[in-house]
Amino acid sequence: MVHPTEYVPKSYHPRVSTYWWLGRWAYAKFILREISSIFVAWIVVTTLLQVRALKAGPAEYAQFQAWLATPWVLVLNAISLFFVVFHAVTWFNLAPKAIVVRMGGKRLPAAAIAASNYAAWVVVSATVLWILLRGTR
Amino acid sequence: MKKRSNEPFLWILFSAGGMVAALLLPIHLLLFGFAFALGWLNGPGYDRLIEILRHPLTRVYLLVLCSLPLFHWAHRFRYTLYDGLQIKHLNELINTFCYGGAVVGTAIAVYLLWSIP
Amino acid sequence: MTNRIELSVKRYHPENDQQPWFESYEVPLRKEWVILDALNYIKDHLDGSLTFRWSCRMGVCGSCGMNVNGVPKLACATFLTECAPGPVRVEPLKNFPILRDLVVDISDFLMKLADAKPWIIRKVEKPLEEEYFQTPEQVEAYKQFSMCINCMLCYAACPVYGLDPLFSGPAAIALAQRYNMDSRDQGAGTRMDILSQHEGIWGCTFVGECTKVCPKHVDPAGAIQQYKVTSSIEWLKSLVLPRGAE
Repeated sequence: MVHPTEYVPKSYHPRVSTYWWLGRWAYAKFILREISSIFVAWIVVTTLLQVRALKAGPAEYAQFQAWLATPWVLVLNAISLFFVVFHAVTWFNLAPKAIVVRMGGKRLPAAAIAASNYAAWVVVSATVLWILLRGTR
Repeated sequence: MKKRSNEPFLWILFSAGGMVAALLLPIHLLLFGFAFALGWLNGPGYDRLIEILRHPLTRVYLLVLCSLPLFHWAHRFRYTLYDGLQIKHLNELINTFCYGGAVVGTAIAVYLLWSIP
Repeated sequence: MTNRIELSVKRYHPENDQQPWFESYEVPLRKEWVILDALNYIKDHLDGSLTFRWSCRMGVCGSCGMNVNGVPKLACATFLTECAPGPVRVEPLKNFPILRDLVVDISDFLMKLADAKPWIIRKVEKPLEEEYFQTPEQVEAYKQFSMCINCMLCYAACPVYGLDPLFSGPAAIALAQRYNMDSRDQGAGTRMDILSQHEGIWGCTFVGECTKVCPKHVDPAGAIQQYKVTSSIEWLKSLVLPRGAE
């Protein structure tokens, strides 16, 4: 560090503003992405509540489902859905940066890895849907 | 050799949790939070759900689904507090709240999933 | 069609000023001129006291980094016509202490760069008569990260660097990775000890702005994520193998 001397009195280094992330859209988008983790945690909470209701019996589970349909829960879950999808999209798009796959000496393009992530997303989601909708034999 | 930090471990949990959250939480929320709750789709009835829940694989799946994303939240939220609110000097409090919260959530999940009627 | 453009330049004279202030200058708007040309015009004709760093004027030395309209850019690589009609806000590189006008104190970066040990580390040196051979694939593995010109635009773009004094920063980590990926290098373990410290690389939250502003397309964000993966694998290995077995 440069220490103040007779010839260089002092350097100017202000503290970063608390609102630094409002300075540029890129930073705001980054903070939104980070905030998505709160809604991820909320979805886990609702899942745990769902398991608890299931264990308690049909009446309690019906109550739980009714609760899910109340307006403020619906709004909260709609926001959560937006954020968890935002998380998924940013995650799949960024994952290729961390993973370097070399085939035949050349690095696989990022789009290929991202595409495989999206493909996995579709397959996994379809599987969950199928298991749940299979119905009684 | 200097002792290496445990950050890699926390980052591994964060990454695994992020992947699980990205792949599975959207469809879960879409179905249980909207499609079934609002009647867009004829969801599985209570009996069918309990039958699925009883399967040991389902319980392992749900444990992973509930635990790892919580660790993802813990790590990400910790850094959001550091950088967003600039309260890194409270890091011990923040770390306890975040990772402790994830551990508590995991414990609750284990408790709920351990014994299914 | 106007042939002048206004530059609003941040000034700071430590012997007089408590705070920086902005001074406006009007310079010719020539289509082949860059910000650096405008600054040199100001220094030659309008205000000889304006202080700034520059050297090669062609984007290879990394001296002329500054914030132009809030975005870190090389002054020699930013055309005035890009910024027209103006006024163009020219400030010193963000996240560094300002010494004078557009000149910043880069000693923190230099210290962190040295910590990354950006040179070939060998356990056993080969005798001078023997060459190190590399296939094109081996060069490809680290070439992108070797393009760094130490211009510090990535440091100006990185919010974590601005907030966390312990964070090593994009370029230092990218250069560490450049040597880790070099087949001639055997120093990955040494670098890991220093950089895998609490904040060295772990402060990075993958904002990604560093990669966006890099004039040489080094992709430091990618380098850091790859380094995190390598570090995690090393950590997992260290659980299984005793420490001495490296």
